[in-house]
Amino acid sequence: MNDIEVIKEDLVLDCSGMLCPMPIVKTTKAIKELQSGQILKMIATDAGSPPDIAAWSRQTKNELLLSTTEGEKFIFFLKKA
Amino acid sequence: MSKSDPNAPKRLALISSKGTLDWAYPPFILGSAAGAMGWEVGIFFTFYGLTLLKPELNALVSPLGNPAMPMKMPFGPEGFQNINWAMPNLLMANVPGFESLATNLMKQTFHNKGVATIEELREACLDLGVRLIGCQMTMDVFGFKQSDFIPQAEIGGAATFLEYAADADVQLFI
Repeated sequence: MNDIEVIKEDLVLDCSGMLCPMPIVKTTKAIKELQSGQILKMIATDAGSPPDIAAWSRQTKNELLLSTTEGEKFIFFLKKA
Repeated sequence: MSKSDPNAPKRLALISSKGTLDWAYPPFILGSAAGAMGWEVGIFFTFYGLTLLKPELNALVSPLGNPAMPMKMPFGPEGFQNINWAMPNLLMANVPGFESLATNLMKQTFHNKGVATIEELREACLDLGVRLIGCQMTMDVFGFKQSDFIPQAEIGGAATFLEYAADADVQLFI
């Protein structure tokens, strides 16, 4: 079993088709709906999103638990600080 | 907040001085991205940037004086869409309606690629608490009143910007 099957998200946000900066703008909105410790699964197709989400995570202190790919999609699991 | 407070959020101070479609993107992209990262953001609009505070945005793009600007066709097969069409100055300067054609091609290409519109990015900035500040002196010069702008727009001058920028972690002139 790999990590992606172990982590259970509380909310899913699909940013497929969106380009910078909309994935982090939408992620910020979505994370506001969660309680501390809850997990957001974010899906994106923007090739800039892996470094951008990592930077967003460092700046906002919301932990990036996993950054991976599924075919053409980038998948992120973010834990609300 | 001042840098003397270690717990204060980071701060971005931008000057937006150009009102064309291509130059309208950077301040709103950076502003919304910084806002999304929890930073304080202030964008000062001066000279032609002031038009970006109007309720109805009608920013155009001009290939004239933008000699490196290629044109992309937003339709047709992928190979056709990827061609960079060089636009001779003679053509741009003499064909009526060329700027609106160029603007429409850029807007359609951006839309096809999934880039948000200027309106959407400005709305995202406002949602994220980004402060949009019009420069009073250039408003007077160009004949703008505060009532010409969106209600969230603030007004300030050079001293307002400098005081804000002095405590900013990132300052950019666009």
